Amino acid sequence: MADKNTTLGLYIHIPFCRQKCPYCDFYSFAADENTKEKYKDAIIKNIIIWQNTHNLTFSTVYFGGGTPSQLGSRRLSEIVQVISKTSDCEVTVECNPFDLSECWNLSDMQYLTKSGVNRISMGLQSADEDERKALGRLAGRKEVEKAVDLVKQSGIRNFSLDLMLGIPHQTKDSIRESVAFCAESGAKHVSSYLLKIEQGTPFEKVEKLLDLPDEDESCEMYLTACEELEKNGFRQYEISNFAVPGCESRHNLTYWDCREYLGIGAAAHSFFGGKRFYFERDTESFITGATPVDDGEGGSFEEYAMLRLRLTEGLTNDGVFDRFSFKIPSEMAKKALIFAKNGLIQLTDNSISLTSKGFLLSNTIIAELLT
Amino acid sequence: MSLVPKENIRNFSIIAHIDHGKSTLADRLLELTDSVAKRDMTAQLLDNMDLERERGITIKAHAVKLNYKAKDGREYELNLIDTPGHVDFNYEVSRSLAACDGAVLIIDASQGIEAQTLANTYLALDHDLELVPVINKIDLPAADPDRVAAEVEDIIGLDCSNAPRVSAKTGENVEQVLERIVKDIPAPTANENLPLRALIFDSIYDSYRGVIVYVRVMDGKIKAGDTMRMMATGAEFTVVEVGYMRATSLEPAAELTAGEVGYITASIKTVGDARVGDTVTTTANPAAEPLPGYRKVNSMVFCGVYPADGADYESLRDALEKLQLNDAALSYEPETSGALGFGFRCGFLGLLHLEIIQERLEREYNLDLVTTIPSVIYKIHLSDGSVVEIDNPTNYPDPAIITACEEPMTNAHIYAPSDYVGAVMDLCQDRRGVFKDMTYITNDRVDIHYELPLNEIIYDFFDTLKSRTRGYASFDYELAGYQPSKLMKLDVLLNGDVIDALSFIIHSDKAYARARKIAEKLKDNIPRQMFEIPIQVAVGGKVIARETVKAMRKDVLAKCYGGDITRKKKLLEKQKEGKKRMRQFGTVEVPQEAFMAVLKLDDDG
Repeated sequence: MADKNTTLGLYIHIPFCRQKCPYCDFYSFAADENTKEKYKDAIIKNIIIWQNTHNLTFSTVYFGGGTPSQLGSRRLSEIVQVISKTSDCEVTVECNPFDLSECWNLSDMQYLTKSGVNRISMGLQSADEDERKALGRLAGRKEVEKAVDLVKQSGIRNFSLDLMLGIPHQTKDSIRESVAFCAESGAKHVSSYLLKIEQGTPFEKVEKLLDLPDEDESCEMYLTACEELEKNGFRQYEISNFAVPGCESRHNLTYWDCREYLGIGAAAHSFFGGKRFYFERDTESFITGATPVDDGEGGSFEEYAMLRLRLTEGLTNDGVFDRFSFKIPSEMAKKALIFAKNGLIQLTDNSISLTSKGFLLSNTIIAELLT
Repeated sequence: MSLVPKENIRNFSIIAHIDHGKSTLADRLLELTDSVAKRDMTAQLLDNMDLERERGITIKAHAVKLNYKAKDGREYELNLIDTPGHVDFNYEVSRSLAACDGAVLIIDASQGIEAQTLANTYLALDHDLELVPVINKIDLPAADPDRVAAEVEDIIGLDCSNAPRVSAKTGENVEQVLERIVKDIPAPTANENLPLRALIFDSIYDSYRGVIVYVRVMDGKIKAGDTMRMMATGAEFTVVEVGYMRATSLEPAAELTAGEVGYITASIKTVGDARVGDTVTTTANPAAEPLPGYRKVNSMVFCGVYPADGADYESLRDALEKLQLNDAALSYEPETSGALGFGFRCGFLGLLHLEIIQERLEREYNLDLVTTIPSVIYKIHLSDGSVVEIDNPTNYPDPAIITACEEPMTNAHIYAPSDYVGAVMDLCQDRRGVFKDMTYITNDRVDIHYELPLNEIIYDFFDTLKSRTRGYASFDYELAGYQPSKLMKLDVLLNGDVIDALSFIIHSDKAYARARKIAEKLKDNIPRQMFEIPIQVAVGGKVIARETVKAMRKDVLAKCYGGDITRKKKLLEKQKEGKKRMRQFGTVEVPQEAFMAVLKLDDDG
């Protein structure tokens, strides 16, 4: 599989956060310097072993978390330096705007850019201070502006901001304001996620008290965001992702296109050599050299279709044929026709793709198409 | 030939209200008589179906031969015939008792006499059985054996001065029960020289031997090679083997003679050929008259049983066939529903019987089922003078040609602490009951007698009774013929289409309330779908209740943790699995939970 594809992604999970956001169920915690140092060493060791044994070169690298900026710019750049990268490799680091505005200076950013980092992703969540506070975010609007300036000063033009939808206090107007903030800041990419109350998070316990918008309201918010983002030049390419044309996240497209990637770090998932596997959500065991857990075969048509249908491009006959030597099954097209009539799917002779309204029902629709 | 003389045989049963410790006492008797090796001992050994152990009830009758050396120094042969313990199985109980000469009556030392204590006592007395009262559960903190003994003397008129006071759980005083059985229960009166008459009190299907028939030989004898005849069905078979039931195995014997309890195998293919209550005789020397009391058991409660996945239809048929081998009271015939596809109309003795069969199908045969609302048999008089019997709402005639309806009634007795009289009467009134009388069993316990329509008690009557009396009430009923009634058929429409599987027949007084409740339940249990779904409940063409399921708008996994595709796949699998559990009605998908919710519709819910 890997030699057939020209791209290979590398995901690096940094499970550290200054503090846990009340809606987050990703694997992260606050760590001391010693742990961070050992964790960085373990990451580097793993990368070198994988590179050497499989002779790998990566075309995209993505530091996700947690909060990769919590690892510190020096350690991040140490890691990036050991990675064998293609000349046009996209290297993204997720950063917390508070880390950047309050703890980092330009030289920190330059550590990153020198080692090869060329893309930054930051959580704005909302341009509205009340909404940000309700989400428990540390940085205010000012801090985010300061962080954006720092990124731009370092020479990185390709940066992304995250927005959240369906959060307490949110209105259509405040969404417009948040989208405008993204456009004015010069972001090339926006990820816009509907809040989902995850099990075991503090938000789950107080869900009733949160004054969350209801199903219909949050749908309106999503559709408003899609519309506003388009108006501001961000073209939707995935359920929750929008970009100035040409600035789509190549790394994330690896996932949606069902191509292979290696995941290094506690709780990191891989799809490599046709197999899916992952490291346990346990930093200690990762540091001491745990081996990944087998997660079965990857790359079936069902998996491919499930992932591709998250993209606005959807499933195409050519794309399916390239991978599986058959075209979109006619059964599937027949089912799609029913959704097309309701404006949930866009159907052409050559492709099936979901509309914005369809994306809101994507779980149901995809299950329906694949049953 | 038995090793002990006839006068040392004791044929007895244990009768009790549910949960008074029948199966536990049986366990202790088996242990005390060394009938089971310790290592083979599991709790409630005779209840060998998982379901029986879990529910704490005996579904099938069982029998076992115990050898006991009594304090008088003599060897006794004790035949314990365990009886099913629920009103649904009253006929089976009566046949088991007919095979006995005495019965051990267990009364819980804290609860005292309950509905089935009395019902079973009366049954035993009908068969002239000698009763041995045993007061059980003396280890409980709330035990009051003196009070309970006085209750038994007052109400049943049994002398309790010698009644063993035992704890079947700890084993305390249990040997006294064996002594009382030997002393108080008479040996069988039996004449080996008369033509054979053996009472079938149970039969089980064994895939190697065919049906194993459990009998009590009343007169005469039977041995391998004899040609036997079932006197009610006329079926004839050549006896392959006779013998005794041991706790964990069958023990072949040369012959079974009058007074004994044992088994017969004769390559019988279905239990329908060896009906409980039938009399076995021989063709060589046939008896003139069968033993009294046989009747063919008829199903009282009917419902549609459908495989959740249409592909399982064949498996469902096979499973029903196998269950019927062992259960002559289960009836089934194929039926088709527009909504549910191919399935079976099944008949049961009662709601418990229905639940048990359903659970066994799901568990033992791994089937996913959808069942429709249970129905009783209604008699519908038509304008042409004919009368039709309807057990399926689908066949309900056009109201225009109906002149009158009749529904089956029951005589119901509810035993409850007097504090709950109000609650019980409210419930019975609610269920269209007609009060008959009320008697005080003791100062603080009453027997409330109501005439109740059968269709009012097959839903959830017992559960509701239990919850309204905090578990203190007990209940027993017998059928009491038909009475005129005002009936109508309710239809449920989803998105304008009648869902035949949800139609049911109901008394007109209850139609509106029930229609509203059904509409609400469906609304709560049908998930939002891609479009709005109107729910209507109608009588004839008239809609009497309506609700709407709003269209779903959002079902999306917006963010997924970097590369964790497995999580998405699991979600997809779950979603697809969910779809499988849905029933497609035209354009509407209805989850099985919605059916269940309508089925379990209760007054308090």
